[in-house]
Amino acid sequence: MANMEIMKPVDDALVTGARTFAEVNEDVARPLENFPTKRWWVCFITAMLAFFMGACCLLNTFKNGIGMWGLNQPVGWGDDVTTFVFWVGIGHAGTLISAILFLFRQKWRTGINRSAEAMTIFAVMTAGMTIMTHTGRVWLAAFWLFPYPNQRMLWPNFRSPLEWDVFAVTTYFTISTVFWYCGLIPDIASIRDRAKNRFRKIALTIASLGWRGSNKNWLHYESAYLIFAGISTPLVLSVHSVVSFDFAVSQIPGWHTTIFPPYFVAGAIFSGFAMVVTLLVLAREAFGLKHYITMDHLEKMNKIIMTTGMLVGYAYAMEFFIAWYSGSAFERFTFINRAFGPYWWAYWIMVSCNVFIPQLFWVKKFRRSVPVMFVISLYVNIGMYFERFVIIVTSLHRDFLPSSWGTYLPSWTEWGIFTGFCGFFFIFFLLFVRFLPAIAMGEVKGVMDQPTKGSRLGSTPGGVTSGSIGGGAHA
Amino acid sequence: MHKPSGPQLAGVLGFFDDPESLMEATAKVRDSNYKHFDCFTPFAIHGLDAAQGLPRSRVPYVTGVFAFTGTALAFLWQYSAHSKWWPHNIGGKPLNSLPAYVPIIFELSILLGGLATFFGMLYFNGLPNLTKRSFDPSITNDRFAILIEPTPESVDDDHPTPPFAPEQAEQFLKTLGAKDVRKVYNEGWFS
Repeated sequence: MANMEIMKPVDDALVTGARTFAEVNEDVARPLENFPTKRWWVCFITAMLAFFMGACCLLNTFKNGIGMWGLNQPVGWGDDVTTFVFWVGIGHAGTLISAILFLFRQKWRTGINRSAEAMTIFAVMTAGMTIMTHTGRVWLAAFWLFPYPNQRMLWPNFRSPLEWDVFAVTTYFTISTVFWYCGLIPDIASIRDRAKNRFRKIALTIASLGWRGSNKNWLHYESAYLIFAGISTPLVLSVHSVVSFDFAVSQIPGWHTTIFPPYFVAGAIFSGFAMVVTLLVLAREAFGLKHYITMDHLEKMNKIIMTTGMLVGYAYAMEFFIAWYSGSAFERFTFINRAFGPYWWAYWIMVSCNVFIPQLFWVKKFRRSVPVMFVISLYVNIGMYFERFVIIVTSLHRDFLPSSWGTYLPSWTEWGIFTGFCGFFFIFFLLFVRFLPAIAMGEVKGVMDQPTKGSRLGSTPGGVTSGSIGGGAHA
Repeated sequence: MHKPSGPQLAGVLGFFDDPESLMEATAKVRDSNYKHFDCFTPFAIHGLDAAQGLPRSRVPYVTGVFAFTGTALAFLWQYSAHSKWWPHNIGGKPLNSLPAYVPIIFELSILLGGLATFFGMLYFNGLPNLTKRSFDPSITNDRFAILIEPTPESVDDDHPTPPFAPEQAEQFLKTLGAKDVRKVYNEGWFS
């Protein structure tokens, strides 16, 4: 058995079900051209309600100040910054899929890159909202984010990691959006050419920028696409590194460590892939996209989840070791306190969800089981929230002076805001799957089995890729 | 059908059912006397640029120039803010603390380079294209087309270009195996 798998000359078919090019358009356009299903409305209304709840809690915060939260001395960062790091991290998987896997010529990315990139953009938008509102007085304190001088030409401090963060996250959002839109142009054109309704046609013509599929256009398009992948790769690595600098550049024991940038990036990819699996398991079911987001796609993502989960586990262990090895009493105390102090439960939720539970993916049956992977991906999402919570709160709640020790738990207002931001994210994602092609048709067609001369239906199930000359830059 | 007296002739369009036939036909058109032609495909086909004889895209140069502009601007900006406009001693760090400027220098290089890539791509492609309608809805679906365009009027009197004969071009495309060969006209999206 195993021997046969090694001998297999070509990879499994990336698109199953012997689809033709025209059927790709049919399948992808179907959810966009029909009235949304009841299931979609249930999800959408739930997301709206969650968002409404969050909006009420935010209003409560704006009205009464961040005293409505559990924050106090010495824990000045809590659920607010945890949520920010959580959502920025989630975004990273989308860019990994769209850019890094593109550079590595991983053709399987084509089935999932569109929705993963959309997830990136919405996650970064959510992160932006959390960081805007975490000051409590947005109308006074959100402006310092923008780099502009006062009347005496005093600028924000460009040496501060918090200011780096502003640049990193805004650049990340802008470039991800442009990259995503660039990829959407030919697919919107496909949807446009199917449109019957006049207003729909006009809107899609404008959104597709009048794309006609000319190869002289594809030439520049492919070149730009490759460059986007090339610049997004260092960008995505820089973004979570810069987020980690918010902590690592400070002098708080538990934060002041050199392992933070790679550790944060690995954690970000880990949590992001978990969110991609959570979303795609649902989307492929609800929109009949099982031929495009196949079990092989999901299995590959589960392998990445397991790998990055172990990287994160290594970082947990190494942090502990270095805390002991450093000889610093404060470092040592912080880490022992993390695991066995008042927040032991948070620490062990983190370790269980992120390190122990993904080990189930060693078993092939679990990697290819939709219910198992869905549950594990939810655990990873929870675990990664707790990772940021552990890093932020346990490092702060024991100050250098025992007289300044304290504890922190999020108030119901903070939980409401967290729920609201989840709703915010899902509103956008649901609108995306409703209005835009969730599969990159133009890229999927390039990696499908190509029809060859004489045979109109040249695609054969089972992955014979002899006729494959397509793929553009993906080949 | 379209009347010749109406909109301007865009050329002669012929369809192919698979990328392989398109590629072979394209190479033959490239080697023929028709110097103005283009392919229309639902997705980017690897190798078609060479078959069509297209030079490399110049988008990377645009990216490079703007990315380095971003690098320079980000350094000058931070240096001026902290060393010239209002020098502040923050934590005893030197006024011009270059290593601390690196993250913003990097981010702005990417930002300018990326935006320039996008707008450069649009510029080279003549997008947004509001005036020329797509020739056929199947082009964004599952068919591949070659368009032979009329040669522009020659300004060289010694070597006048022969007038474009659409019927000849139609015949030529048919010999290459094209289907549904027909004349197409430049029309607006909403006309």
